[in-house]
Amino acid sequence: MTELTHLDRLEAESIHIMREVISDAENPVMLYSVGKDSAVMLHLAMKAFYPSVPPFPLMHVDTTWKFSEMIAFRDRKAAEIGMDLIVHTNQDGVEQGVGPFTHGSSLHTDIMKTTALKQALDKYKFDLAFGGARRDEEKSRAKERICSFRTAEHRWDPKSQRPELWNLYNTRIRKGESIRAFPLSNWTELDIWQYIRRESIEIVPLYYAAKRPVIEWEGSQIMVDDDRVPAELRATAVEKYVRFRTLGCYPLTGAVESKADTLEEIIQEMLLTKSSERQGRTIDRDQAASMEKKKQEGYF
Amino acid sequence: MSHQSDLIAEDISAYLEAHENKSLLRFITCGSVDDGKSTLIGRLLYDSKMIFEDQLDALESDSKKHGTQGDKIDFALLVDGLAAEREQGITIDVAYRFFSTDKRKFIVADTPGHEQYTRNMATGASTADLAILMIDARKGILTQTRRHSFIASSLGIRKLVLAINKMDLVEYDEAIYNNIEQDFLEFAQELNAGIEIQAIPVSALAGDNIATNSANTPWYDGPSLIEYLETVPVGDERRAASFRMPVQWVNRPNLDFRGFSGQIASGTIKAGDRIKTLPSAKETTVERVVVHGGDLKEGVAGQSVTLTFADEVDTSRGDLICAANDPAEVADQFQARILWMSDDAMLPGRRYIVKMGSKSVTGLVSSLKYQIDVNTLQDKPGKTLALNEVGVCTLGLDQAIAFDPYDTNRETGGFILIDRMTNNTVGLGLIDFALRRAGNIHWQALDVDRKALSDQKDQKPAVLWFTGLSGSGKSTIANALQKKLYSMGKHTFVLDGDNVRHGLNRDLGFTDEDRVENIRRVSNVAKLMSDAGLITLVSFISPFRSERQMARNMMSDGEFVEIHVDTPLNVAEERDVKGLYKRARAGEIKNFTGIDSPYEAPNQPEITIDTVDATAEEAADQIVKWMQDKGFLS
Ligand SMILES: Nc1nc2c(ncn2[C@@H]2O[C@H](COP(=O)(O)OP(=O)(O)O)[C@@H](O)[C@H]2O)c(=O)[nH]1
Repeated sequence: MTELTHLDRLEAESIHIMREVISDAENPVMLYSVGKDSAVMLHLAMKAFYPSVPPFPLMHVDTTWKFSEMIAFRDRKAAEIGMDLIVHTNQDGVEQGVGPFTHGSSLHTDIMKTTALKQALDKYKFDLAFGGARRDEEKSRAKERICSFRTAEHRWDPKSQRPELWNLYNTRIRKGESIRAFPLSNWTELDIWQYIRRESIEIVPLYYAAKRPVIEWEGSQIMVDDDRVPAELRATAVEKYVRFRTLGCYPLTGAVESKADTLEEIIQEMLLTKSSERQGRTIDRDQAASMEKKKQEGYF
Repeated sequence: MSHQSDLIAEDISAYLEAHENKSLLRFITCGSVDDGKSTLIGRLLYDSKMIFEDQLDALESDSKKHGTQGDKIDFALLVDGLAAEREQGITIDVAYRFFSTDKRKFIVADTPGHEQYTRNMATGASTADLAILMIDARKGILTQTRRHSFIASSLGIRKLVLAINKMDLVEYDEAIYNNIEQDFLEFAQELNAGIEIQAIPVSALAGDNIATNSANTPWYDGPSLIEYLETVPVGDERRAASFRMPVQWVNRPNLDFRGFSGQIASGTIKAGDRIKTLPSAKETTVERVVVHGGDLKEGVAGQSVTLTFADEVDTSRGDLICAANDPAEVADQFQARILWMSDDAMLPGRRYIVKMGSKSVTGLVSSLKYQIDVNTLQDKPGKTLALNEVGVCTLGLDQAIAFDPYDTNRETGGFILIDRMTNNTVGLGLIDFALRRAGNIHWQALDVDRKALSDQKDQKPAVLWFTGLSGSGKSTIANALQKKLYSMGKHTFVLDGDNVRHGLNRDLGFTDEDRVENIRRVSNVAKLMSDAGLITLVSFISPFRSERQMARNMMSDGEFVEIHVDTPLNVAEERDVKGLYKRARAGEIKNFTGIDSPYEAPNQPEITIDTVDATAEEAADQIVKWMQDKGFLS
């Protein structure tokens, strides 16, 4: 008898979490960010409910500043699987012309991402939202629960978080309250990559190195994804072999120079690298604010 | 994250193949402040190269600034203390950390070890395969070591590592190590049988016997900590046990497919196996073990699968699928060990939601047999359980459920208790055995006495007897009070003088004799209602002391609450809502209380209401407050 591998056990646990928490929910949704963690989460959802299609829609909060390749990938994926896709954008923000180049990264993120997410949750009255966050992302996430409880105002109240014993999840909530569930809590970045490789999960090509036009902006290498990049910056663009370790709004996502264009090479680079994953993400350095604060504000 | 395997650089594909087949071990670290727990975990992360260089740089500068080790690296800083959590008022904190070696991935549940964190430790232990008990070599086995061992073994951990730490501070003395190990083995006999104990002399700070065997302890010939963690077998018992799978979700994509999805709790399953679904006890054969990408030849404990059956057997979420030849038991009354996790004490007789496997039912802890002192492991008497206390209880459920004793099967014998009002998880429980099998006697056996009826409503019955002049405000206050009690989830009923006279007492007039009969009947009805567990509000003028005394005598001790709605005659007469006083004064109504018939005010009512200065709403609040103070409303 072969022993279950760590990936087998992680997979089985995530599937168990998904099946368990949707059972008490009236209106579940999966927050789909189009990144690699979301790709794994979606793949696990397909496995969890197979041969049924996962019994909930996907929702993408579109800040309008995502890489265009992400949007194309998102639409194609949802269609392939046959899941409903809800795309929500903060229209107030669009009307005010909010964007990272004009408003700075933190205000942009606050309005187009955090506020937009709350709007969407209110609009559709979801009582359960799956998210792809992992405990290994940050020291402060180590004590995060798998099910995180939010008040009707989307606040995270430390006192109302519940102990999680065995694999029993207490998902009882009052009307208006909601749950964020994180089925990937116990996965590490390396687990994610290994699983993508084992299961041949398709991810956005931006993760693979290719020649792309990049500029130097606020200490990061930013890809010129469209002509909203101010003209004077655009003029400085150079073609480089780069890839992305995380994906978000293109002006806020730093590229790393790399020639790794296969999964193996990406994993190899990651294992040999000298810096942690979030380095490339401008927003984390922009605000001294801890993850804790962002969580209380509803970022997760 | 340089796993310093040269293979990464030379042959990444070979490296990945090898690492895909790693196994997983979950463990918990137990120790009190300063035993070196943080240092040990930091060291494990460091030695397994799970630390990026940017983190290491930060660590080095932090160590110089805040560390306790001079210029050396303070590993404890990697895992943070509790300070931030305390500030945020997080009460139940278990931090989960991850590292891996070439052989295994590890998930560490890191919990503080003080007594006030017993519940956290239990939470971490519930998913752990193994526990590391930190012991300061200078101090030896302490009370806390006993407590930690007790919790770990109660929660079913069968592998304990005794990490005898700070050996550098005792000159790596073999005798000290041996003494501590001996002490512990002696004590461990009080714990559950079948526990494997591995003692290891370590220095978390200096790294002795952590990753590799240390030259400082030539007398020690056991494994280093990491070597032990990498090789200790886990999960065998689960797989060897009988097949169990709680049904999480019924999978019905179309009319041709009906499957039952769940995670295999124990045992193995393959097509052709006979199974029984509980509690319905229907038997059938497994047709397929379905997973995405093809059926499994055999599903094993820990896997999430979907089973299809040869016959249509009615199965739904919450059921337990078992091996037909060795099914779980089904019962609705148990003896269980409970660890209380809430600031509000556990109250026997109160109803909680019991969640076990994928099933939720309501139940109540009908009695606490005794408490267990987590420090001495001795029994002690007790009626309730406060936060972090452990007791042995009788648990009764509204429905029979399938289970195994926790000591036989960790996956199917543990449950959580959920408060019905706050929805919080307030306790964890481990089933010891069924008190009687549900199959045989079932419901008749439960004595549905008045206590059971009031327990079911989660309240204490009372007869709230409003007495006072006509127009004093009795009914208005009773109605306002009923609304408040209703919104608190209480079960109530109002008996109103006027209404009762239209029906039950239609044949009675206002002579003294009839008045007594009136009260006798109403008291009896009120008594029946309180037997049924209700809070009964009686709104009756009831002018005579003796008749109110009669009512009082009829009720159980303390259940009769006399409320004097003390409105002076002139005020009531002035209000004269129903125009009765006018008619009485005009001689149209005879024997009218206050006019031509006396009102005997109570001498010692439980509550006196002044309606001149207070509104009905305020009066109702006053009564609610009184009821809370006297323990009628929990
Ligand atoms: N000499 C020595 N000191 C240690 C050892 N392990 C931990 N310490 C020190 O003991 C103190 C408490 O350690 P820490 O890991 O913070 O303990 P925790 O409260 O259990 O997490 C710190 O000053 C550590 O540096 C050890 O093996 N040898």
